[in-house]
Amino acid sequence: MDIGTIDQIIDRHQGEAGSLIQVLLEIQSKNNWLPHEALVRVSERLNVPMSRIRHITTFYKTFSLVPRGRHEVHVCMGTACHVRGAERILDTVREVTGVGPGETDPELNFSVETVNCLGCCALGPVMVVDGQYHGNVDTAETAKVLKNCTCK
Amino acid sequence: MARIKSVADLEKLRTEILARRESERPSITLCSGSACHATGCGPVAAAIEQELKKQGLGDKVDFRRTGCHGFCEQGPIAVIQPEGICYLRVKPEDVPEIVSETIVNGKRVERLLYADPATSEKIAREAEIPFYRHQQRLILGQNREIDPKSLEDYLAVGGFQALSRALFELTPEQVVDEVKRANLRGRGGAGFPTGVKWEFTRRAPGELKYVVVNCDEGDPGAYMDRSLMEGNPYAVIEGLMIGAYAIGASEGYVYVRQEYPLAVSNLEAALAKLEKYGLLGKKILGSGFDFTVRVHRGAGAFICGEETSLIKSLEGLPGEPKPRPPFPAVRGLWNRPTNINNVETWANIPLIINRGAEFFNSIGTEGSKGTKIFSLVGKVNNTGLVEVAMGATLRDIIYKIGGGIPGGKKFKAVQTGGPSGGCIPESLLDTAVDFDELTRAGAMMGSGGMIVMDEDTCLVDLARYFLGFLSDESCGKCTPCREGIRQMLRILTDITRGQGQEDDLERLQELAETTRYASLCALGKTAPNPVLSTLNHFREEYEAHIREKRCPALACRELIAYHIDPEKCRACGACLRQCPAEAIDGGKKRIHVIDQDRCTRCGACLEACPEAFGAVSKLSGQPVPEPLPEEKRCIG
Repeated sequence: MDIGTIDQIIDRHQGEAGSLIQVLLEIQSKNNWLPHEALVRVSERLNVPMSRIRHITTFYKTFSLVPRGRHEVHVCMGTACHVRGAERILDTVREVTGVGPGETDPELNFSVETVNCLGCCALGPVMVVDGQYHGNVDTAETAKVLKNCTCK
Repeated sequence: MARIKSVADLEKLRTEILARRESERPSITLCSGSACHATGCGPVAAAIEQELKKQGLGDKVDFRRTGCHGFCEQGPIAVIQPEGICYLRVKPEDVPEIVSETIVNGKRVERLLYADPATSEKIAREAEIPFYRHQQRLILGQNREIDPKSLEDYLAVGGFQALSRALFELTPEQVVDEVKRANLRGRGGAGFPTGVKWEFTRRAPGELKYVVVNCDEGDPGAYMDRSLMEGNPYAVIEGLMIGAYAIGASEGYVYVRQEYPLAVSNLEAALAKLEKYGLLGKKILGSGFDFTVRVHRGAGAFICGEETSLIKSLEGLPGEPKPRPPFPAVRGLWNRPTNINNVETWANIPLIINRGAEFFNSIGTEGSKGTKIFSLVGKVNNTGLVEVAMGATLRDIIYKIGGGIPGGKKFKAVQTGGPSGGCIPESLLDTAVDFDELTRAGAMMGSGGMIVMDEDTCLVDLARYFLGFLSDESCGKCTPCREGIRQMLRILTDITRGQGQEDDLERLQELAETTRYASLCALGKTAPNPVLSTLNHFREEYEAHIREKRCPALACRELIAYHIDPEKCRACGACLRQCPAEAIDGGKKRIHVIDQDRCTRCGACLEACPEAFGAVSKLSGQPVPEPLPEEKRCIG
């Protein structure tokens, strides 16, 4: 990620130290993850110690310090999804992608994350693949959606 | 639209908007909340636009994409006005017929109407569908009349009348007093009187004060804040502005979970419009009131719903709670007085200012006034958002509005209040839902999640699930919460795996009480609630797990086995093909058998077995019957 883009994001937030989380969120939405050099630049520009940036990026679940896969899979583990079988959906995701929550496969095909609630509780269990919501999914549909990703 | 510099400008604009709108002009309203996005409202919207154009009706029919209507189970939902005809589960291929038949010829498309599950009778009008009929949608009701990106739509339903009344007819003290007299209690979960909270902040010393909208909504199973923020951001902002005026704040923040992208984008669009037309910024409506709002996206931490953690997060720090006092009302964001309220609380403010404290007090129970939005989800027929007057019974909500339990299953419990709440058994279904009654029943209101469970849900597993959630989400700052939850989770996990000990329940009780008393913030203090309430109401389930190694709900994986009944198996191969572990042995005309050592208890065989055969069953607490000898496995 180039320094110019990082600087633009920081400038948009007027370089305030309080905007650290917003700056990191924006960098990640552009780059999909947070490379070390980006964090160093943020630390310099916002005058925030690297230790605090590390604390922030490991405290909040959204941040990823490693590259993510081409396809991002989020499985909702909210209560409504849990009582409708989200655990089995996650098992199927594990089987098909070969990776579990918080992991990315070596070929960078899939990154899998669990989410505590996606706010689509009426449609549980819910899975989001590359921003596309799939509600009321069963194991067969889960496998089908993920296999379609690998065909693309 | 020109800039709105005074109340006269605002009312002139409102009059113009209403004059442009012919009340009898047909319109199509399509629910486009997040749930309907998941069920495909995007292609439906494209089809509607295309069909109206194709039939030359583009300028004769209004088409509006709105926020969540609430009946999410049946989405995407299209409502045809002025008749109020409600079409459910609309697909793009239904659109030409809807336009030709209903819009042009005034006829109904029967197959898209709601069918009463008991009588199969079709119900055409939205207001007559039982799910809606038993609700009182004072807050959520506007969602279906407003395109969240259209300020005109919000003005057409009376938007910013409450703000202009507050700014020009009431002093800040009178606004606080009105909210106090309305007896509005915070909708985020704690139920603290909103007016009292405002008064604390108002009276706190300091020039610069802040108001904050808490849209962190971390409670898994609740999504009313999301739907309000997505569907009617203007109402939330108007409430916030009235609060800011009353408290004496000139800056506001909206804290939204980043998991809610549509809420963030609709909110930002609304704020940009308000700034553009002068309803945010300096000298709002020509008064002396200045106010700006900034959006802060959360980064995925449940603890940030707790107000002191939320403040830390707003300051760009890890969201770790602080001991209170001092309360945020005295020392909050950047150490200045800060008033934080939940989305639904703010959305109630315009209603109170417009219709008065007496009106608000006329709804609800002695200790809880107004309506409350619940997210009715889980094992219930009509899942969705339900807004009822405080005091409605759980039974009415689950059966009259929710339509009961699907698949003829038996109701077991309803969980309210999220991870801090509790489970309510069938014997307490006639409990009136309000802050105090739910607490008396061993649960709590929380932010309004209402998860219905049937006989297939294991309550021990549910307690384990909540403790797992809270263990993940505990910030780790204080030991009682960090370690207490972890140890309770360890015990519960052992129990669900059939490794429970006789004295586990006593130890759970002890840990629960210590965690409750010694934790720093509400996350730890309320974490034991799911354990205590399930222990209280469903102790026999715990005992079955520990003593008989049996899961009565047949849900805990380590305590169940799948078995194919040789009498019922027709050797169709459906289960064999679906088994991911290749644990099923069988063939054409050869009864299938599950190899218990290879079986992962995933349940794919049970799902795959045709209903007509029903050969696969779950067993728990009993030995699996020996497989038939090879020579007896052939089917004639």
